[in-house]
Amino acid sequence: MLMLVSQMTVPQGTLALMVLKTLDVLGPQHGYGIARRIEQISGDLLSVNQGTLYPVLLRLEQEGAVASDWGPSENNRRARFYRLTRTGHKLLATETHDWEQTAAIIARFFHVKAEDLA
Amino acid sequence: MRLLNRLLNFATRRRTDDRLREEIDSHLALQTEENLRVGMPPAEARRQARLKFGGPAAVRDAWQDERSLPYLEGFLLDVRYALRVLRKSPAFSLVALVTLMLGIGANVVVFGVLNAVLLKPLGVSDPASLYQLRHKQWTTGRLLTTSYPAFEDYQRRNTAFTALIGVYGYSAGRLRWRDGLLAVRGDDVTTNYFDVLGVEPALGRFFHDSDERSAPYLVLSDSLWRKAFHADPTVVGTKVEFDKRPYTVIGVAPASFHGAERFVWPDFWLPMSPTPSRSVIDVTVLGRLKPGVTPEWATDNLNAISAQLAKEYPETDDGQPLRLVHPGLLGDEGDVIRGFLYSVTLLALLVLAAACANLATLFAARTADRSRELALRIALGSSRGRLARQLLTEAILVSLLGGAAGLVAAHLIVAALNRSAAFRGALTVTVDSRVYLAGLVLTLASALLFGLAPAWQAGPKPKPRVRRFALRDILLGVQIAICTLLVTGSLVAVRGMVSALHVPLGFQPQGAMLANVDLSESSAKPAAILAAMRGLPGVTTAGTINRTPFTGGLHGVPVFRPGTTEFKLQNSVLAPYVFSTSPGYLDAAGTRLLAGRDISEHDTAATPHIAVVNQAFARRMWPGMPPIGQRFLLISTLTEVVGIAEDGKYHDLQESPQPAAYIPVSQSDSNSTVFVVRSRRTASEMAATLRQALGSLAPNAPISVKDWSDDVASQLFPARAATVALGAMGLLAAMLSVTGIFGMAAYTVSRRKKELGIRVALGARKTQVMTAAVGRPIVLLGVGSLLGLFSGVFASRLLNQIVYQANPRDPVVVGGAVLTMALLGVAASAIPAVRALAVDPSRLMRED
Repeated sequence: MLMLVSQMTVPQGTLALMVLKTLDVLGPQHGYGIARRIEQISGDLLSVNQGTLYPVLLRLEQEGAVASDWGPSENNRRARFYRLTRTGHKLLATETHDWEQTAAIIARFFHVKAEDLA
Repeated sequence: MRLLNRLLNFATRRRTDDRLREEIDSHLALQTEENLRVGMPPAEARRQARLKFGGPAAVRDAWQDERSLPYLEGFLLDVRYALRVLRKSPAFSLVALVTLMLGIGANVVVFGVLNAVLLKPLGVSDPASLYQLRHKQWTTGRLLTTSYPAFEDYQRRNTAFTALIGVYGYSAGRLRWRDGLLAVRGDDVTTNYFDVLGVEPALGRFFHDSDERSAPYLVLSDSLWRKAFHADPTVVGTKVEFDKRPYTVIGVAPASFHGAERFVWPDFWLPMSPTPSRSVIDVTVLGRLKPGVTPEWATDNLNAISAQLAKEYPETDDGQPLRLVHPGLLGDEGDVIRGFLYSVTLLALLVLAAACANLATLFAARTADRSRELALRIALGSSRGRLARQLLTEAILVSLLGGAAGLVAAHLIVAALNRSAAFRGALTVTVDSRVYLAGLVLTLASALLFGLAPAWQAGPKPKPRVRRFALRDILLGVQIAICTLLVTGSLVAVRGMVSALHVPLGFQPQGAMLANVDLSESSAKPAAILAAMRGLPGVTTAGTINRTPFTGGLHGVPVFRPGTTEFKLQNSVLAPYVFSTSPGYLDAAGTRLLAGRDISEHDTAATPHIAVVNQAFARRMWPGMPPIGQRFLLISTLTEVVGIAEDGKYHDLQESPQPAAYIPVSQSDSNSTVFVVRSRRTASEMAATLRQALGSLAPNAPISVKDWSDDVASQLFPARAATVALGAMGLLAAMLSVTGIFGMAAYTVSRRKKELGIRVALGARKTQVMTAAVGRPIVLLGVGSLLGLFSGVFASRLLNQIVYQANPRDPVVVGGAVLTMALLGVAASAIPAVRALAVDPSRLMRED
């Protein structure tokens, strides 16, 4: 129960970036695999209903960032596999860049001290 | 790309839910396997997998939203649901539809008229820079401005206008083409007329400045071309006779061009033959302002010229200051007409506001009735925002349907208006794109007005529950206040109409016929015809006059005191209307002779000149002296007063008592004759008899016979229009308040039936039950009516624009309004009250 307090909700658009990065690192994955991976990396700090992933995947697919196809899973179940397209790679690159820049700016604000501004 | 996909998905509505379902299944299976691997029992493993996944329905919704166009889809759903709801309660839907139809229809009609009269530009190029020159004072209501020589002086000397146009709008005569003879009236205009107005001919050509002045050219209006020339395209070059002089038709004006007046459409235009005298004021002047010149500067410029002219021609030019108005609305009548139309528009909007308040009450009550359904929908996961959207969709749907019905009704009314005598040939109200747009805006605005109330009730945030019916109470109060105001307005208008009908005209049009005979080509003498008419069966008296009152183009003739030698305008004492009449005219017209004698057969060109003058003439010329036997100079002729006639109205109904003189036709050079025949027979019988008699007395002469009452009726048109307009609004408002109060009372009773039953069972008296049932609507009626009455008093300026001398403080009006509202209240709450009294407790208790 304590966990719940420190769990954070996912900001708009962040989930999509996580999906893209996961696919970039691990190659083609099915929905469950992506969900598991996001959970693992965020270290259970992130509470997300795994179901919310699917609308995001659909959106990315409609934007042309990912493509999907049916294929066999590790234990030979039918599952839909998602992979990054060329557009997806480009999108990931720009998004990553934007994020790092934002994070860097915010970080600078956090580290600034009163005497630095004097 | 994404939008295209969405549109495609929306359009095809492919049910590809299968893919998602399969994905979810496989996801859950994988998770379950994982859970089993960490040692959960199978049932728990499945449960945990589901919990972790979240609600599949929500995921499916989000997925679906992503796939397609959620708003459009939701909207279509809303519309379908709304239609179903409306079909389910036909009575409610019908009431709402009819209410809106009336409200929007009334507004569209009023806006249509407003559009046609004020907003639609004249059919000329750049109407904004076109002005009409008007005198500041004594010619108020008269359109003529200057003499022709003075017009030329203004044209030459002014530096403010690119050009001035002279118009004489009272040109009338007989047009002969082949065998046809037609009475026509039109404009004599200066040759630059069409070029300055920037109009292009539909056929042939127009005359220009380069054409010879007063060339015998005739330009036909579209309607005359269609009426008299059967829209013959080869009409250009045709020789016609107008006023017995040969003319050549050189062109036809476009159908959209009717000269510079909106209400008077000329049949033709011909080049003006200037009157060389400076003392004959017969030119109406229009001008096109130079770019960058302000009307104020132009007025100063003109007035400087006017002062110069007064110095140069002191005998004739009086240096009257001038001012500029936009042409089209009979000069100064423009202000009156504008005020009238804007006020009526405002009242029409008030009716619509009352209708919206009414509907808002209805919708809010219904929303409260549907609270169970709404609560159920929220319990099933619908958001409050979504519910509000649904309710708003219903409102918009109703208002669109009502607006469409209103437009259809407005179309019918406008068509009827265009056919009516008052509008025909003078004004065409078209329902054009602007009117449609106004209708649509009004429809949507009213949907928002009455749709927001229930939507707000159901809206996203739970409201602090102040008092359950607070909103509805206010709405009903507002509605009743508006309705009282409108009812007051109608009563004021009716009173105004009644008093307008009782304005002493100075003659009795009832029972008199007017016969216009063109004797110019006939050998028959008016005196002989008059004698023959007096012998007709049923005729009591008959007489002739050169021009009957209210026929336009009347202007004063200056008179002087005896001994005056310099006949300058400044030296004149009065400028009375002068009528040339036959003996017996006053009797035939029903004008009372108060003293002295009437003109007689013995007054001839050879005997001394005499006149009968009216009271105003006598009072102003010889205050405090016996007028009979006094003399005055009329156009340098010494004239003796032999009789005094009662005052009357001559130019229009609104004029203050004007001096008038009647002189014997035998002593004047007037050549136009109107026969006034009074009889005991009905108008139609008499008209037939007169036509027959005149046909044999003056064969081949053009004859027109009409009832004098009909002729005068057109003068009452403004009062009548105001009464009809306000009466209609008042009636609409009354209907709305009846339905509003009825709806509220009926609703209260049906809602509180059980409570009332318990009260009856516990021994409540009838009055107490009544109070509980219809008390609140009655209190609201009282408060609203009071507010309405007060606002009526404050709105008297508004009403004054519409009704001549409106007085909402008139006790008859106040009493009438109170009585009306009270009766409406009783009528509207009677049925609910009876229903409340008929409540049977024992039966009610057994019900649910």
